Amino acid sequence: MAVLQKNISSILLASPVILVLSAFIIVPIILITAVSFWGSTEFSIYPAFLFDNYEFLLTSDVTYRVFFRTLYFAVLVWAITLVLGFTVAYYLAFFIHSLTWQIICFLLCTIPFWTSNIIRMISWIPFLGRNGLANQSLIEMGIVDEPVEWLLYSEFSVCLAFVHLYTLFMVVPIFNTMMRIDKSLIEAARDAGASSTQILVNVIIPLCKPGIMIGSIFVVALVMGDFITVRFMSGSQIANMGRLISNDISLLQYPSACATAVVLLATVVIMISIMLRFVDIRKEL
Amino acid sequence: MGEKRSTGFYVLTAIFIAFLVFLYGPVITIGILSFQGPTGGLTFPMQGTSLHWFQELFRTQMVGDIWGSFQRSIILGLTVMVITVVFSVGAGMAYRKKFFGSTPLFYLIIASLVIPSILVSLGVGLIFSQLGWEVHWSTSGLGAQLTWTLPFGILIMFAVFNGFDKAYEEAGRDLGAGPIQVFRLIVLPIIAPSLIGVALFGFTLSYDEFARTLLTSGSRNTLPLEIFGMTTNVTTPVIYALGTLTTLFSLLIIVFFLTFFVLSQRRRDKKGSDAGKGLV
Repeated sequence: MAVLQKNISSILLASPVILVLSAFIIVPIILITAVSFWGSTEFSIYPAFLFDNYEFLLTSDVTYRVFFRTLYFAVLVWAITLVLGFTVAYYLAFFIHSLTWQIICFLLCTIPFWTSNIIRMISWIPFLGRNGLANQSLIEMGIVDEPVEWLLYSEFSVCLAFVHLYTLFMVVPIFNTMMRIDKSLIEAARDAGASSTQILVNVIIPLCKPGIMIGSIFVVALVMGDFITVRFMSGSQIANMGRLISNDISLLQYPSACATAVVLLATVVIMISIMLRFVDIRKEL
Repeated sequence: MGEKRSTGFYVLTAIFIAFLVFLYGPVITIGILSFQGPTGGLTFPMQGTSLHWFQELFRTQMVGDIWGSFQRSIILGLTVMVITVVFSVGAGMAYRKKFFGSTPLFYLIIASLVIPSILVSLGVGLIFSQLGWEVHWSTSGLGAQLTWTLPFGILIMFAVFNGFDKAYEEAGRDLGAGPIQVFRLIVLPIIAPSLIGVALFGFTLSYDEFARTLLTSGSRNTLPLEIFGMTTNVTTPVIYALGTLTTLFSLLIIVFFLTFFVLSQRRRDKKGSDAGKGLV
């Protein structure tokens, strides 16, 4: 009886969260899965059990190209944010010795997280545009004669924006694990004759794996599920899975959007579950 | 590692500074460009300086319903903030013991964080349309945003309770405090500064949320949706002026919360111990 009571108090405390997430995560996913089998006409959708949406999706070249483009962005952005984020975290954790400065620098890295992504995307326009700052300086320096066209509305600008938006998702968890590394381990390695590089490779990086994994989960999930960054920064010229979904939605083709959503969700879930195998998130908090 | 400042230190410092320029440079650029003269365009050079584009923002017929959407965003942000704090504390307290279903719920919380936002938007939109309800920022929009802010709040609470010394509570219980007294007089004062952190996440993540609100806010936009709408049809620096203002507003909120955080932590540390004061 006492055991049951203990359970009840915890379940009651967690019940608001259970309710919200059931209503706004579980039910929507069930409904998306159901609707992905529905039929549609030009202006309405009707309950059915059809494989048409999947057949259309999985037999189209476009899907595969867009799917691999989405994966490509995820891998590329993951690699860049990992290297950049790790470097920044490494600097903050091991090269800044005053706690005050550490806090100031860390805050400087995290403040943009609490500001608008849309504004941060828009703010690249005066920089990258045809007559933007980048082109003006390149021409002034005599590196190019004509404005470079691929700076804005290209794969480059999409990646740049992703890195700009999401690097801090790497910095924070990696910095967090680095700060918990027992400094005596590093001293021991140094006493045993390890060079700075050896310490980095053999001591720090292995101990940072949980932080790296948490950062990677964030970045991969955010890039895989994105549609707005790709739409805005490519000037609607590049497609990813999220944009396929949002295009179908704007055409009111909900069953088709749902089928794409199910494929995207399955992909993300598989990727994240594999990554979760390498880290126990609850232990790392 | 940094006793004698090695070349590595200078290289990394240079990288770090470059990173900060990369992080803040663009936003500072639109900050400057929002003071563009009335004849100026979206890029440099500046055609003089003026407050023209800020004044333009206050002429309602010029640019959509900015102030209405700003108001909605604030109300929604505050609602999300309060709910996030309360629900996260509940979940955090619940997880101090293992309970039936705690592992599946934990994975649900993680799923809520990593699920593509557009799916939440699409799914919640579909539920409302199938039930014949009208989507509205204060109902479907609120729920969709909570799926993004709650996981952050709960994970922060997990971290807080991971490092929580149970001896304080036991002492309280030994002195005869009931569960509610223990929570109100012992747990709450200790976790209070962290709650300010949760509130900061709750408010700002809601205030800036785009994808999850897209299909769930109905006909009345929140500010990020309004701004995104402007990007397709406004081709003057007025959009920079708006960007500058809302970023300044965000910064103000962040400074407010951080100051509050520091002050409450100091207060806690000062009042936390009466050692040396004696009882007589």
